[in-house]
Amino acid sequence: MLLHKSFEQAARRLPGKVALVVGEQRITYAELHRQARVLSHALRSDGVEPGDRVLVMMDSGAQYAAAVHAVLMAGAVLVPVSAQTKAEKLTFLLSDTRATALLTHSLLSSHWQPALAHSALRSCRVHEASHHAGLEPDPRIRPWPDASDDAPETTVQRIDQDLAAIIYTSGTTGLPKGVMLTHLNMVSAWSSVQAYLGLRQDDVIGLALPLVYSYGLYNLLMGLGLGATVVIERHAAFPVRLAQTLEKERVTVLPGVPTLYASLLGLSGLERFDCRALRILTNAAAALPEAHVQRLRAAWPHAQLYLMYGLTECKRASYLPPEWVDSRPNSVGRGIPNQEHWLVDDEGRRLPNGSTGELVVRGSHVMQGYWERPEENAQRLREGPVPGQRVLHTGDLFRSDPEGYLTFVGRRDDIIKTRGEKVAPREVENAIYLLRGVTGCAVIGVADDKLGQAVKAYVTLAEGSELTEREIIRHCLARLESHMVPQAVDIVDALPRTESGKIRHASLR
Amino acid sequence: MQDIKAQVRQFIADNFIMGADGVALGDDDSFLEHQVLDSTGFLELISHLEESYGIKVLDDEMVPENLDSLSSVANYVARKQLA
Repeated sequence: MLLHKSFEQAARRLPGKVALVVGEQRITYAELHRQARVLSHALRSDGVEPGDRVLVMMDSGAQYAAAVHAVLMAGAVLVPVSAQTKAEKLTFLLSDTRATALLTHSLLSSHWQPALAHSALRSCRVHEASHHAGLEPDPRIRPWPDASDDAPETTVQRIDQDLAAIIYTSGTTGLPKGVMLTHLNMVSAWSSVQAYLGLRQDDVIGLALPLVYSYGLYNLLMGLGLGATVVIERHAAFPVRLAQTLEKERVTVLPGVPTLYASLLGLSGLERFDCRALRILTNAAAALPEAHVQRLRAAWPHAQLYLMYGLTECKRASYLPPEWVDSRPNSVGRGIPNQEHWLVDDEGRRLPNGSTGELVVRGSHVMQGYWERPEENAQRLREGPVPGQRVLHTGDLFRSDPEGYLTFVGRRDDIIKTRGEKVAPREVENAIYLLRGVTGCAVIGVADDKLGQAVKAYVTLAEGSELTEREIIRHCLARLESHMVPQAVDIVDALPRTESGKIRHASLR
Repeated sequence: MQDIKAQVRQFIADNFIMGADGVALGDDDSFLEHQVLDSTGFLELISHLEESYGIKVLDDEMVPENLDSLSSVANYVARKQLA
């Protein structure tokens, strides 16, 4: 079964049903399917071959949803990229994937135009290209296909062992790495999640999460695959607006992360919004503080709260059944259906229940590896109990209780988790080192109530340099996605170093 | 009100779009659509407005109509100062 087949079936079964709500815009299944077909056809006519990588860099919305399905329908490999991605990183992603096409928006041209020059792209399809006069002439820049066109369904021969997506995640070396997922990996993860969550065709899924990362992307795919209605809320930065949308659209399923729930709970009088339709709340990406678990349960007692844990490399690895939330609010449960998992010690030995160790996951949802990164693959994917079959070493430390319920302890490496997203200190340090006057830099995560961890940089300067904390932050904002930008910078006289002269991050924590 | 607009433009330029990819932002351009501010950015903008203009941004006023462009911010702050 291919990943996009469920959506195509839903579109045939429910052509007149509203598939997507984006602000005032409502798009039916037939319309979204048509947009995806036309775009898929355009990609094929641009020379995109099955197995080619296609980057999609767009804001959340109907075009993004159409683009995701168009890439899959063309038999190509989806590479979703944040609309915040700056030119330098986009250049890297285009070259790392050797992508043949980019789907993007004219509003983001200051980010993609510089990257286009250095890429091997065959085409760059630009939404609302005509609204932007400043586009430099390049024969590869083409307008989004006309909204009134139609195209037949493309028949591209693919099997479920083919790659469906490469999703980039932060790597300890400072270079992002692409998680390779086949159609089978993604459909397997979807089936396991669906087995415990039980989403329905009559659900209204409120999606305020970024749709380029695993959590939001799967919710979009699952919602549209089921024939449900997906409400994309682009104004999650404004909690009142999100609460109004939950009420107005009678949202039944809200996937969230701790910062999203914190902003809703921060509203004075959340109960004045009628959210009785809500039946499922999910939390992932970082642990929800126990106090927020209790307040969410009090605010919306009719909704079931699922506390979950996952990582891009296998999408989901554990969930806590809602009936256990009140008695085990800190646990993420005992795995998901159709998965085996266990904890190992530093030597890789399997540990009994009641231990602390690294979580290892076995199942058909586990990624194929990182795109062209043999060293990191050897570290994360290792031979499991069945000869020739590889299992995922997550790099996440958990504690298990006597019954096997898992509680997250921390990362084995120095990756920072902030706002539910991973940040590699090296990637931030590399950006700061570009500043003239910086002689040393160390980036660490520090505990923060709202963010999980906040990104903090310690910097040493050359004699006479007058760089300020604010200038360093501003420099980072121009180069990095905003979740990677340090919340605080300390300019210090010296950084702690090891005998060999390497900066000792551990001494700063 | 022109003053407020110029000051807020300076704050945004200083803190969010200086550096590698400078963007010329129109008075009515959406900060969100141009990827200038995200949720954290809006929180910074709100604290800046509260500190600089002695206003209190209420929950219900924290909406794109008041905060998502230079013109909206200038209008909103001017209204608050009169109130």
